[in-house]
Amino acid sequence: MRTRDLSYWLFLAPVLLALGLVVVVPMVLGLFYSFTAWNGIQTGEFVGFQNYINLFKDERFLDSLWFTTKFSVVSVILINFIGLSLALIVTSKIKTSSLLRTTFFMPNLIGGLILGFIWQFIFLKVFASVGEAVGMESLQAWLSTTETGFWGLVILMSWQMAGYIMVIYIAYLEGLPNELIEAAEIDGASTIQRFRYIIFPLVAPAFTVSMFLTLSNTFKLYDQNLSLTAGGPYNSTEMVAMEIFKTAFVQNAFAYAQAKAIIFFLIVAVIALVQVYINKRREVEM
Amino acid sequence: MRNRWNIKVEVLGILLAILWLLPFYLMFVNSFKSKKEIFLDTTSPPEAWSFDNYITAFQELDFLRTLFNSLLITVVSVVLIVLFSAMAAYALSRAKSKISTFLFFLFVSAMLIPFQSVMIPLVTVFGQFDMLNRGGLIFMYIGFGASLSIFLYHGALNNVPKSLDEAAKIDGANRWQVFWHIIFPILKPITVTVAILNIIWIWNDYLLPSLVINTTGSETIPLKMFFFFGEYTKQWHLALAGLTLAIIPVIIFYFFAQRSIIKGVSDGAVK
Repeated sequence: MRTRDLSYWLFLAPVLLALGLVVVVPMVLGLFYSFTAWNGIQTGEFVGFQNYINLFKDERFLDSLWFTTKFSVVSVILINFIGLSLALIVTSKIKTSSLLRTTFFMPNLIGGLILGFIWQFIFLKVFASVGEAVGMESLQAWLSTTETGFWGLVILMSWQMAGYIMVIYIAYLEGLPNELIEAAEIDGASTIQRFRYIIFPLVAPAFTVSMFLTLSNTFKLYDQNLSLTAGGPYNSTEMVAMEIFKTAFVQNAFAYAQAKAIIFFLIVAVIALVQVYINKRREVEM
Repeated sequence: MRNRWNIKVEVLGILLAILWLLPFYLMFVNSFKSKKEIFLDTTSPPEAWSFDNYITAFQELDFLRTLFNSLLITVVSVVLIVLFSAMAAYALSRAKSKISTFLFFLFVSAMLIPFQSVMIPLVTVFGQFDMLNRGGLIFMYIGFGASLSIFLYHGALNNVPKSLDEAAKIDGANRWQVFWHIIFPILKPITVTVAILNIIWIWNDYLLPSLVINTTGSETIPLKMFFFFGEYTKQWHLALAGLTLAIIPVIIFYFFAQRSIIKGVSDGAVK
């Protein structure tokens, strides 16, 4: 097949059409609109960088960016720690291994919206009634403060994503060459040495993959945010994706929301490019 | 020594698994209780296993129709994504040229774009052409799902020798016949991965349908669930029955395909 054949273009036509109309055209239009006073119907006048200047003075936007960053950092650490622990548990020689894998992975199949509603019930009702029964004041009124909202989101995401990350670590752990580990054992390497000098370097790519996957997933979070806290109390647990949505469809500030969306894109793209860079560098080393 | 250590690990694993299932247990037992019973006690099994909440939730969710909408949209979108992405990846991998390299790069870079960055123009443009309906939604899923799918197919196709194409061509098959009868069947393992990744994502997606579907009767499960939950937010017994209903199809799917699902998700993330 050559690129000047008609068949080449016929094979590509459906996806080119879909990707073009759904991603490329809106992205280009969006970039253009972010420099205008667009209101969704009329393009309005060209305003240069005004929307971008405004958003750096917009406290609600900056707060959501800061909240998202904090949430992502804490979640990435916890999810990876729990995910790796679960992977180490289920790859040891135990009988219930596959049953445990199935269980830990299960929350990933269910939509974030539904999981958020289930946890809302747990935090609001179950926590309150257990707190009352055992006399723990700290279990009362969860999700009604910024702090409990923050930890509520962290708990929900750790519970949901740890099983996903576990699966990735398992893929690398099970790919480890057994002979190598046994050889080291025969040569007298201790458990710690074996982990430090053999297992760890071979599983290192799994860390990169998992870290960036959790980072980009938590940074872009929307559904769980909406169903668990809906941004409350007083928008203090509002993450960037939700803030952009509200700017656009609640305040109807389309061009301004689009400028925020472009900044959001730049942040997410930088995260992804750093990952690509790290992977490439490792490939060269190996 | 080693044996005792393994038993400890196993006990720890089982305890964690129970903790992991606890949210589902709480949802399940409370979905059978009355409003008053939930108020008194949220942790024990219900006094009586009454299905009253489920009957109400089933009707209010218009469950069969909502389930049908979710199935329709997911199945049609995934079938088209699989077919179109495999075709495109095949063309890109067989015609090596600057154009192919550029197009592949374009598809891969589209993966970097978060949905929120194109959301607003997308909805306004499709709104102007009267495409905010189920057909438009499926078309959008093809656009958003194609990138990762092409990437996965492209990787798999590099391991399918070109001599296979040529042998079939000598036998008089045309391009489409070669693709459909020889190449596509060989790609079956990666097709399973592509299908599973797209099923999980499309089935659970809330934001895109919430922006695109605005007629009563065409809602998907997450969308209907959102409205339902909003209406019954103070009536946890009904809300929990609705949530349980919404999860049942996923659990059934997981029960029958768990091996492929876990493999597919892991392949999709690692590659």
